[in-house]
Amino acid sequence: MKEYKGKRVFGGIAIGKICIYKKEEQQVKRIRIADTNAEILRYRQAKNEAIEQLQDLYQKALKEVGEANAAIFEVHQMMLEDTDYNESIESIVSGQSVNAEYAVALTGDNFSQMFAAMEDEYMKARAADVKDISERVLSILMRTDNPIIDTDEPVIVVADDLAPSQTVQLDKDLILAFVTVQGSLNSHTAILARTMSIPALVQTSFQIDRQIDGKLGIVDGENGVFYVEPDEKTVQEMKRRQKEEHHKKELLLALRGKENVTLDGRRVMLYANIGNIKDLATVIQNDAGGIGLFRSEFIYLEREQFPTEEEQFQIYRQVAETMAGKRVIIRTLDIGADKQCDYFEMEHEENPALGCRAIRICLSRPEIFRTQLRALFRASIFGKIAIMYPMITSIKEIEQIYAIVSQVKAELDEQNIEYGQPEQGIMIETPAAVLISDLLAKKVDFFSIGTNDLTQYTLALDRQNTSLDAFYDPHHPAVLRMISMVVDNAHKAGIWAGICGELGADLSLTKEFLAMGVDELSVSPGSILPIRKIVRETNVEQYKAGN
Amino acid sequence: MREFMYVITDEMGIHARPAGLLVKTVKGFACTIKMRKKEKTVDCKGIMGVMSLGVKKGEEVTLVFDGSDEDAAYETVSNFIKENL
Repeated sequence: MKEYKGKRVFGGIAIGKICIYKKEEQQVKRIRIADTNAEILRYRQAKNEAIEQLQDLYQKALKEVGEANAAIFEVHQMMLEDTDYNESIESIVSGQSVNAEYAVALTGDNFSQMFAAMEDEYMKARAADVKDISERVLSILMRTDNPIIDTDEPVIVVADDLAPSQTVQLDKDLILAFVTVQGSLNSHTAILARTMSIPALVQTSFQIDRQIDGKLGIVDGENGVFYVEPDEKTVQEMKRRQKEEHHKKELLLALRGKENVTLDGRRVMLYANIGNIKDLATVIQNDAGGIGLFRSEFIYLEREQFPTEEEQFQIYRQVAETMAGKRVIIRTLDIGADKQCDYFEMEHEENPALGCRAIRICLSRPEIFRTQLRALFRASIFGKIAIMYPMITSIKEIEQIYAIVSQVKAELDEQNIEYGQPEQGIMIETPAAVLISDLLAKKVDFFSIGTNDLTQYTLALDRQNTSLDAFYDPHHPAVLRMISMVVDNAHKAGIWAGICGELGADLSLTKEFLAMGVDELSVSPGSILPIRKIVRETNVEQYKAGN
Repeated sequence: MREFMYVITDEMGIHARPAGLLVKTVKGFACTIKMRKKEKTVDCKGIMGVMSLGVKKGEEVTLVFDGSDEDAAYETVSNFIKENL
């Protein structure tokens, strides 16, 4: 048994035969052509066919992975229509009286070298795109259909690298997983793989060896390990884990793409909570309608010093773009209490849960807050971002926040920097906020109830202290009444209210929440489909009548 | 002939997507539209050329419009660039 480490693109476990995919080197010969006009025509036809293929791929990718990720195929089309590229090919054919294949191959090489020689890493990577489009035209000209893998049983595809067009064309039924030696986590291929839910590893530390073709392999996408010729013990262990995964997947397959609507037509938004940008893959995989809680504090906790506006902006922008128009609710810095960060140099507190945390830090140290707000407002033009402020207890706090927001906008205007108009909402996680939720509702665009803190503050019970478990009742009527009250007050003011705490994922309460009229549940990505199942099986009116 | 000078503010510079959109915008006009960065000049009607300039944030480019509909082209293209780049 041999083990190789790779970077995980997508979780899951695959066990099966290894199939080495070696790119067919298209053998291009230089042939003299007498009728160069006819040859140019032949090239143009092949090019048009390639563009049609790309249009199909674009449509396919659009449906499967969204506009931002599909755009690469549109760019490919434009590259094929590029005047310089076409002039180069046609002038080689007519000037040298040679075949179109040769002209395309030569031009493709020249242009990809031009990109490869550029300083910018991003532009360097575009060399692969030029190669990809040239090979597409070549395979049409040469009529080699070039099957990507030659197999009739599902296999683990092992390749040096895969072009995006190759990945999207993979027959999913024949692919268990793929492992590449190159490729980055942000390559188009990796993004597509995630959304296609194929276990995948990139930058795997091994040399492709023809010897392993056809041998048994295992891809552990969860831990980023590729096993070649695994021993029996490993196979058994992986089979067990695979079975578990399979069970989950079945649920997933049946419910993906379905609406979150009850038998009597009540709709609810099911969003995902994420604590890191790496979780985006599972958000899409589980078919979340949006992101209901993006815990921005990870950006602070992962660093040794304050993250810059630019660093934050890039992260928010990436999330917004990846979610392609779906709502992304980003909670501003919620640090303090159980989440500490040395460089904030907070003073020691006797009782941090009731201390300087979340919005209290932001309002007492506005320079930190302003940086985050600038990044958020700027990123808002790239998608549907909503900003959520945590730990609110009073109207005054909201007024203070809005005053800072106005300053931030004025600054951006002055500097001629573009920004969007994100929705602004608050977390309801203190009993105070619940009791004045009728007043708060008039000031904000939405509520999201943070049940963890709301429970701890309502029951006066420290959630870090495990010896208090016996007193802890997550279904305490006080908490449930508070939720109901918040929802009612939100609706009276014409705004929506959701739940983003752990209680939202409590399947035994889903019906109750629907009956209360909760508009949104934001849960960990893995809980979305199980909740969707209950929603779709519930008749809210009947449930209410039965209570 | 008209010229439009602009300093790129987009974080990513003129990467593949905006380059594609720029080409799309430019294609509808009859006049020639060139883009210059330092000594290098390319035709804006080809995505490869535009990308090959490798324009990054903070760099200055000059667009040169020359032809019958240069005023209309100037208007549309400069607006596009201000909005997207």
